[in-house]
Amino acid sequence: MHGRSWEHFEHDADIGLRASASSRDGLFEAMAEALTALITDPGTVRPVESVPIRCEAPDDALLLTDWLNALVYEMATRRMLFGDWQVSIEDHALDAVAKGEPVDRDRHQPVVEVKGATYTSLFVNQDSSGTWHGQCIVDV
Amino acid sequence: MDLNRLEQDSEFRWRIPAAAPMNVPGILYGDREQILQMDDKVYEQLRNVTMLPGLAGPVYAMPDAHWGYGFPIGGVAAFDADAGGVVSAGGVGFDISCGVRMLHTGMQADDIGDARTALADSLYANIPAGVGSEGSISLDDASMRAMLQGGAQWAVDQGYGTAADLDRTEERGCIAGADPEAVSERARKRQRREMGTLGSGNHYLEVQRVAEILDPATAAAYGLAVDELVISIHCGSRGLGHQIGTDFLREMLLAAETFGIALPDRELACAPIQSELGQRYIGAMRAGMNCALANRQIITHLTRAVFRDLFPQAELSMLYDVSHNICKVETHVVDGVARELHVHRKGATRAFGPGNPDIDESLREAGQPVLIGGSMGTGSYVLAGTTESEERALSSACHGAGRAMSRRKARREYGGRQVVDDLASRGIDVRSPSLRGIAEEAPLAYKDVNRVVDNAARAGLARKVARLAPVVCIKG
Repeated sequence: MHGRSWEHFEHDADIGLRASASSRDGLFEAMAEALTALITDPGTVRPVESVPIRCEAPDDALLLTDWLNALVYEMATRRMLFGDWQVSIEDHALDAVAKGEPVDRDRHQPVVEVKGATYTSLFVNQDSSGTWHGQCIVDV
Repeated sequence: MDLNRLEQDSEFRWRIPAAAPMNVPGILYGDREQILQMDDKVYEQLRNVTMLPGLAGPVYAMPDAHWGYGFPIGGVAAFDADAGGVVSAGGVGFDISCGVRMLHTGMQADDIGDARTALADSLYANIPAGVGSEGSISLDDASMRAMLQGGAQWAVDQGYGTAADLDRTEERGCIAGADPEAVSERARKRQRREMGTLGSGNHYLEVQRVAEILDPATAAAYGLAVDELVISIHCGSRGLGHQIGTDFLREMLLAAETFGIALPDRELACAPIQSELGQRYIGAMRAGMNCALANRQIITHLTRAVFRDLFPQAELSMLYDVSHNICKVETHVVDGVARELHVHRKGATRAFGPGNPDIDESLREAGQPVLIGGSMGTGSYVLAGTTESEERALSSACHGAGRAMSRRKARREYGGRQVVDDLASRGIDVRSPSLRGIAEEAPLAYKDVNRVVDNAARAGLARKVARLAPVVCIKG
């Protein structure tokens, strides 16, 4: 969890996720944490089940939406929330393990279901100091 | 929004003049103050839509328009297939065929007596809502295919309602041309346990009291009277629609270049209507619409069971069911010529005027009911389509109040418990699995629905029929 940060930013209808990290892998992990934080406090999610996720895309920005959409899909079909992620990206292929547990409505108090990650205001880039930045608006 | 960038056509109509690379003008509806309050992003997003190919006439923003993704929410655009027009997965969005269904109850507000809390508890217990909820219906492959093909008609055939429900549902509950084979396995899997669920966010089921009749003749035609209790169900095609949107947005984005389409915003991902991809999306989107119609039909069935148990005298009959996130083929007169167009409405409601043959005969003389959802505390409206709306905005009107503040800001400003208690003190029972979710949906997080509806009516997009006040609200 070191060397990365995330925040939610304002959007009229939906909500924006924005993160920075010292590595591209870390950026994608931070964006996943920002996604969970829309739904519940990520600290309340126990990493008891592991779900492998793979995505491949023509560029980093599309890889980010593919990653977030894969998490949305796994959360929806497994009725799970994730609280821990290990991401490894080679070129534009992502290999990850997301760890979490089934939704517990009393303990997690889940706020909102995420429908999907959009391409509006989407970017992934690396600044001159080597820090990676990314953002994405998700539909809720 | 900076008014200097607009031309004013009339008190309630503003224009973004067509200048390259725009193909058509953009038209915004609302009074001066409302347009001033709109985010500049609405201007940008509306202008981006005007750059798409094959548009037939202007692109419109309804009075509740706000910053969306790709299209502004409250955006309307029509494309001509024969003129290279496109269909846009981004122009429909993730929540395919999200819409509102309204039911009569045959009950007066006083008939609830001291059973209001019991009603709220029972609706909350029996209608799955919120993250992690599941429907009691699990569809195998054959049933899934039949549902995607048959929509609410399939649901009625399964025993979830009556044929009379279909008369009052857009497309009589089943849009033709759905292609279940165009729906991915992932989309089907996402839907398997979500039939008859409300979802979350701004989706809800409300029991409402008719607080005011604003057009007695039309209200009579719709069967609405002061103090009657009605039910509004606001939800869509659930996980299936969300996944269809996800799948096709990506495919259309990657294919845009091969079609020679320069996308001003990647979220406007689209394909020519006459292309294989365009046709495949239309087939999948229509399957998504049928899923939404079936979903609202099943929720109707669940609601009827709750009322039958608590109020045996109740008769839950349909007023209407209409979607506000969809692309439909409709005939409209543009520059004096009737043309078959693919009309995208994203956060905008179809509002056919009196006499339109697509409206059920029992409602035709009055015009199509236009169902407008407000916030938990401020109420909702029933409007009716007008004749003028055809020429003004391809027979379209607003769909809701629109958010006034972001979810994050609402969370900072309001406590969920405080919102629940405030509403309870005003006679409104709210049930939700999430207090934070309630804070994000707090009444003041939305714009004033009265003003939005006033402006829609004064612009001639629809006319006001009845105002509704919430009594019980089930939020996802």
